[in-house]
Amino acid sequence: MYFVRRLIFEIPLLLLISALAFTLMHLAPGGPFDSERAPASPEIERNLHAKYHLNDPVWKQYLDYLGNLAHGDFGASLKYRDHSINDIITQALPVSATLGFLAFGFAMGVGLPLGFFTAAKRGRWEDFAGSFLAVLAVCIPALVVAPLLILIFSIKLRLLPVALWETPWHMILPPIALGLFFAGKIARLMREGMLNAMQSEFVVAARAKGIPENRLLLKHAVRIAILPVVSYSGPMLADLLTGSFVIENIFQIPGIGVFFVNSTENRDYTLVVGLSLLYAILLIGLNLVVDLAYTWLDPRVKYE
Amino acid sequence: MAADTGRQTSKIRNRRVCIARIWSVCLVLVSSFFISGCIRSEAPADVTILNGAEPQSLDPAILTGQADMRVAIGLFEGVLRLDPKTARPIPGLAEGWDVSPDGKTYTFHLRTNLVWSTGGPILADDVVYSWMRMLDPSTASEYAGLFYYITNAEAFNTGTIKDSSLVGIRKLDPYTVQVKLNHATPFFVDICALPLAYVVPRQTIEKYGDRWLMAKPLPSSGPFELVYWHLNDKVRLKKNPLYWDAANTKSDIIDILPVGSASVALNLYEHGEADVVWDAQLIPSELLDVLLKRPDFHTFNYLGTYFVRFNVTRKPFDDPRVRQALALAIDKKRIVERITRGGEETASYFVPDGTADYTSPDGLEYNPGLARKLLAEAGYPGGKGFPRFTYLFNASAGGGSKIHEKIGIELQQMWHDQLGINMDLHQVEWTAYLDALTQLNYDVARSSWIGDYDDANTFLGCFLSNDGNNRTGWKDPQYDSLIQQANIEVDLKKREQLFQQAETILVRDQAPIVPLYFYRGINYFDTNKIQGIYPNILDDHPLLSIVKVK
Amino acid sequence: MNDPQHLSPARRAWLRFKKNRPAVASAWFLAVLLIIVLSWPLVLKVAGAHFLQAHDPDLLSDAQFSPPDATHWFGTDVHGRDLFSRIMFGAQISLLVGVVGAIVSLVIGVAWGAIAGYAGGRTDAVLMRIVDVLYSLPTIIFVIVLFTTVGESARQSAFVKHSPFLINSLQIILLFTGLGAVSWLTMARIVRGQVLSLRSRAFVEASQALGARPHWILARHIIPNILGVVITYLALTVPAIILYESFLSFLGLGIQPPMASWGTLMAEGVSQINPIRIYWWLIVFPGGILVATLLALNFLGDGLRDAWDVKNRN
Repeated sequence: MYFVRRLIFEIPLLLLISALAFTLMHLAPGGPFDSERAPASPEIERNLHAKYHLNDPVWKQYLDYLGNLAHGDFGASLKYRDHSINDIITQALPVSATLGFLAFGFAMGVGLPLGFFTAAKRGRWEDFAGSFLAVLAVCIPALVVAPLLILIFSIKLRLLPVALWETPWHMILPPIALGLFFAGKIARLMREGMLNAMQSEFVVAARAKGIPENRLLLKHAVRIAILPVVSYSGPMLADLLTGSFVIENIFQIPGIGVFFVNSTENRDYTLVVGLSLLYAILLIGLNLVVDLAYTWLDPRVKYE
Repeated sequence: MAADTGRQTSKIRNRRVCIARIWSVCLVLVSSFFISGCIRSEAPADVTILNGAEPQSLDPAILTGQADMRVAIGLFEGVLRLDPKTARPIPGLAEGWDVSPDGKTYTFHLRTNLVWSTGGPILADDVVYSWMRMLDPSTASEYAGLFYYITNAEAFNTGTIKDSSLVGIRKLDPYTVQVKLNHATPFFVDICALPLAYVVPRQTIEKYGDRWLMAKPLPSSGPFELVYWHLNDKVRLKKNPLYWDAANTKSDIIDILPVGSASVALNLYEHGEADVVWDAQLIPSELLDVLLKRPDFHTFNYLGTYFVRFNVTRKPFDDPRVRQALALAIDKKRIVERITRGGEETASYFVPDGTADYTSPDGLEYNPGLARKLLAEAGYPGGKGFPRFTYLFNASAGGGSKIHEKIGIELQQMWHDQLGINMDLHQVEWTAYLDALTQLNYDVARSSWIGDYDDANTFLGCFLSNDGNNRTGWKDPQYDSLIQQANIEVDLKKREQLFQQAETILVRDQAPIVPLYFYRGINYFDTNKIQGIYPNILDDHPLLSIVKVK
Repeated sequence: MNDPQHLSPARRAWLRFKKNRPAVASAWFLAVLLIIVLSWPLVLKVAGAHFLQAHDPDLLSDAQFSPPDATHWFGTDVHGRDLFSRIMFGAQISLLVGVVGAIVSLVIGVAWGAIAGYAGGRTDAVLMRIVDVLYSLPTIIFVIVLFTTVGESARQSAFVKHSPFLINSLQIILLFTGLGAVSWLTMARIVRGQVLSLRSRAFVEASQALGARPHWILARHIIPNILGVVITYLALTVPAIILYESFLSFLGLGIQPPMASWGTLMAEGVSQINPIRIYWWLIVFPGGILVATLLALNFLGDGLRDAWDVKNRN
């Protein structure tokens, strides 16, 4: 019931976001049809603007946009006039989603064990080394990691392809480059969560019951420790799924991240608003899933 | 109490194990689904070309970018096409054409065996339809201005007249099209080979409207058909067996990829994933000294000029002496040798060398002493009192080359050292840059111009007083009249002289612009493997002749 | 005497902090870096002309792309500019943007979160809803629009036009305002959470019973108690802002040339990676110093958090 109510509340939120994105875009100077070659006459430019209703007042354009949206039509891209935004999203989103999921898998697959390990060996050299690696992962920007990985694995060692997204071999380096930062973050969150969990009542009680230390850590502490990771994974997944501009640019991956940046620079109003809505929907949806997961994981948590 | 907690704990435990297991299984399932969906099981292409920017549109009437043209040339054709070696117009869909003695009437004779790739004949009706569509104001074609040489075309395109039958394009019979011009225009045949004149499928456009290029199947009039076009991914073309010259189409499948950055392009090429790279911006300029020595790097003269624009409506750039002084103080050789490094020629005039039927007069050469003298005459001896001004240029996102920034930095240093004036650099993104230029909201800006066809007019015509490409605020009636006279002049020698006089005003006497260098076309491919690409001044490479030799 | 029970929370935190070796080492590293970075312009001012010519960060020279040697300790770039000097001056800008941006986000976030948390009810709901909306907006759109719109109109305004100092610093001011403006959201949420829990504590109720006004309570009781959380979060926001600035430089939206920041130097260096010839010093030095500084900031932040946060005590 709570979730249904929340979903209904999100709709005005989405409307607000689309309005905000719409207005912001119209504030920026220039328009989608500016080009290096000036049009042959001002008439042509006027015709172009009239065709896409760009001469109407902003609020009217917005209402028109909403009207189309009600039919599930995100409109046509103003820059790539042969393509509709639905087409663009259906082509690019699965690519970014795959990249995002793989990066998510990598981040979890590396971050969780690392966090667990450093917490278990707390205070010893393994902890220092592991924590150092985790922090390092967070400090090196993706725009450095990606070219370095390409340099080592594709150029020098010739093991993996250098760019593009065609075969499973192409899908190895980009998720690693994308997920490394998040792996570090998750490792730290997990470590902190584990340390908190070791202090918690459940574990103290279990320890008092005489359960051996290993089982203690694995079965009891992990369940409590994983909660902050779970709540972080919602927004993290949203960011991952909508692609990363840097990674997609460096690896030339046809995902949706590139569109986020390019559409803003191109003043492609319809595409920008469409993408903002997409991002918001993903974020809201994922947060909802996370909250759902929370109620399952920890029955003490109840929502009114 | 203890028992209760125990049961609750184990319930929680079981639930959590369950959740964790379901979570991981879902993840694995979802990822494998996505991965399998994303693996392409398709035949490899015969030739893979890295094209530069993503085409904005493949509609020949509205496209403007060179990247767009290079794809559209595979899909559609006009009455004329360009020779791959010389870039001169040769018969395309028309087997020949006649010109009347006064140069004002062109008659094109279409071949009689033309069919669309989906079947159905291509007739004179289609040619007329395509050209009129291009001129229709509601199509809002940005290149329509090039057709204004046709009678009443401008009036129709600007909406002054509504009757399309008044425009000088007419079908004489199913295989003959006649065009009437306002006056003799020697480069009209070059224009007819441009994408704006390509023949497009009427039925498809009437049925699908704006999204006609997404129709499957897409009827094409050119050597290839469109298999698919995924944005930021690739355009895949396959041979059109019904093309009139299909016997000479050398490849079956061509993939055209948009690549944004020079380093990715180079990596893909070195790795063997791309066969041809043919966008000059995809060359990392720092490596040019090494790359130019390799046999697979080909350079050639190109119809493009990199120049600096002055906003003559702002002080102190309203004084020609100031502009001349700034022009004389630029060491263009240093820029070309240290920054662009592609073997470019420095430019003292605007129209590039090698333009058909034209040799430019000399402009302003590097002369710092004279520059200082002129600046002093203008009232700023030693740069004293000269206001601080801004140099505008556009940023290149992602891995794009920062050439504009680098040139700006050099200019800043040169003008400071030679003239004692101070300049700030202002970098904005592309749309904001264009907007500033159009609104005359800048002091000095970097610019470039690529010629549309092989004639001096495509360059000099930009600076007519009322031309939208002027963007400097410079209006000179003498310049205007010289250009207009030249364009109705039939005698080529007289025409050249008129243009030369005009160009002298442009680059020497008035200097609203300062040309820096001429672009050098660079493309790279292994000539042992790829044939059919020839260096020409328009950097135009019809796809049909390109083939990979096994 | 040294009995921990008798010391104030701040003193106890300080003692705990001192025991954290990586954090202390980081603090020292940052201090040394700061000293070098701040004194480098002075060194250039008093040095002889010859030294100045070799190390002027804006001076173009003919020594293009020269590897590290005695004159140019970190090598030169495409324009023949000394890389060491550019890194030093870039450090000033990156650190300035990072710190001031973090402070901007702190000020907005703390104010927002404290008011929301303390006022509760409707005000809280509205303020947090706004945070939710802003969270769901992809930041990059906002940043690009901010830079182009606000940047351009600010440039054109008469106020800025007549001051060369302002024109140059406008970009930097815009950067840290913009970056701070997109980073305050998490801070607001954290602060709100803390304030909510503090609000129901006894000493606050006591103050209210004594008739203290809300802003007095906020200032005297609430804010000092959340200071710990805020400072640690601050130390972690600075590296995030510096990283975001390098992303913006990658897009071409960051610092204007010829000024440099670590972000622009990184972007330049990274574009040099290719299979044919790599000018390694253009990547190694800016990258190394950037990563080292970010590491230090992170360890420092962790150390502060461990010191202040009672729960994680061993």
